Amino acid sequence: MSEVAEKTKAPKEPLFSKKNRKLVTDPLTDNNPITIQVLGICSALAITVQVKQAVVMSLSVLFVMVLGNIAISLMRTLIPSRIRIIVQLVVVASLVIIVNELLGAFLPDVSEQLSVFVGLIITNCIIMGRFEAFAMANKPWPSFMDAVGNAMGYAWILVVVAVFRELLGSGTLWGIQIFGSNLPGEEWGLYKVGYMNNNMMILPPMALIIVGVIIWIQRIRNKELQEEH
Amino acid sequence: MESTLDIFVKAIFSENMIFAYFLGMCSYLAVSKTVKTAVGLGAAVIFVLLVTVPVNYLLENYLLKEGALSWVDPNNATWAEMDLSFLSFIMFIAVVASIVQLVEMLVEKFAPALYGALGIFLPLIAVNCSILGGALFMQERQYTSIVDATAFSLGSGIGWFIAIVAIAAIREKIRYSQVPAPLRGLGITFILTGLMGIAFMSFMGIKYGGEKEEAEDTTQTSSIELVDDTQTNK
Repeated sequence: MSEVAEKTKAPKEPLFSKKNRKLVTDPLTDNNPITIQVLGICSALAITVQVKQAVVMSLSVLFVMVLGNIAISLMRTLIPSRIRIIVQLVVVASLVIIVNELLGAFLPDVSEQLSVFVGLIITNCIIMGRFEAFAMANKPWPSFMDAVGNAMGYAWILVVVAVFRELLGSGTLWGIQIFGSNLPGEEWGLYKVGYMNNNMMILPPMALIIVGVIIWIQRIRNKELQEEH
Repeated sequence: MESTLDIFVKAIFSENMIFAYFLGMCSYLAVSKTVKTAVGLGAAVIFVLLVTVPVNYLLENYLLKEGALSWVDPNNATWAEMDLSFLSFIMFIAVVASIVQLVEMLVEKFAPALYGALGIFLPLIAVNCSILGGALFMQERQYTSIVDATAFSLGSGIGWFIAIVAIAAIREKIRYSQVPAPLRGLGITFILTGLMGIAFMSFMGIKYGGEKEEAEDTTQTSSIELVDDTQTNK
């Protein structure tokens, strides 16, 4: 009986139903993993000095998160709840090893700049958080959508912070000089009239302050998110 | 060559886990609402870092690194060629997770009072980035002895402790200030951490261990001479 009921019930939900689309769009704004849930900040801030690093990092997280969420979701009935953290860690760690080897092989320079932060994707709280909160209780398809949404929510914050830091800190975007050249003796563009890079932006504390400002703007627009203290 | 003291002081201040590398930010932001809980979590982090980094150091040097397995059979070249470093992520995280579990059980058995204070924080620590980060930095910087690695882990732990207790104290006081409503809570904590980070950066220029320097000068020159000797001998 119940099988029949399930069978008739299953096709009712299309792949891109409103609920499923919400899984992707929610983490982009009102439930953003970084600015609202405050997860995954550990690795997010250190690698936002250059846009390229931020994009590579975001793609790595997207990869680990999508495959991990699907894997955990497929195994959710098999995992004993007592050792679920260890199982989750093993899944993430294996995926991160794959990412690390791929980066080392195809993007050795970026891999070197990211140094330990690729490894730290393992303890990225967003990934563990989504495994625990979503994939353990949902089917593979919604888990996939949820992973994409959260990874994109993580990615856009990372890229925005990186754009500000690289543009103001080194005057470049993706390594291309935007304001002209500041080589001593052959200045051109803005540097010729006395513009200088703000070296402060390259230092770690500025990443925190930029994220603080993003949170500020977001909470001015959506008053429901404001905290008491 | 950095002295052990250098490594220790550097790990606390200019290479502070929070302010320079943002490691362990998640729990740093979540558990820093009151000083009391911050002290508990900070102490737990010191403790776990102090245990896991030396264990991971031994693992790295006697199992994972290229040539690390040569102790199995010094005469057999296949052992010396073995490079298991691609396994290091999974080994490190397994060590961290199991040690956290072990520490939790030991503390519960032998120091119930400490368990009462740290208890709820210990499971959180398995996924604290600063613990795995400590292991990965240890691997990347290739400390020459286990003493250096331990000094680094203790320093990092103390640095983390200082950071979380300081921000918790500030957050307790800031309740009495007029913070703009959208900035309250998370926003102002981020900005404060940024400002504290700027303050901590002023430690960067310090030359550590200045008093010891003169005493060490002679040993240094003699060691340099020794190196020169060996080179000329070759």
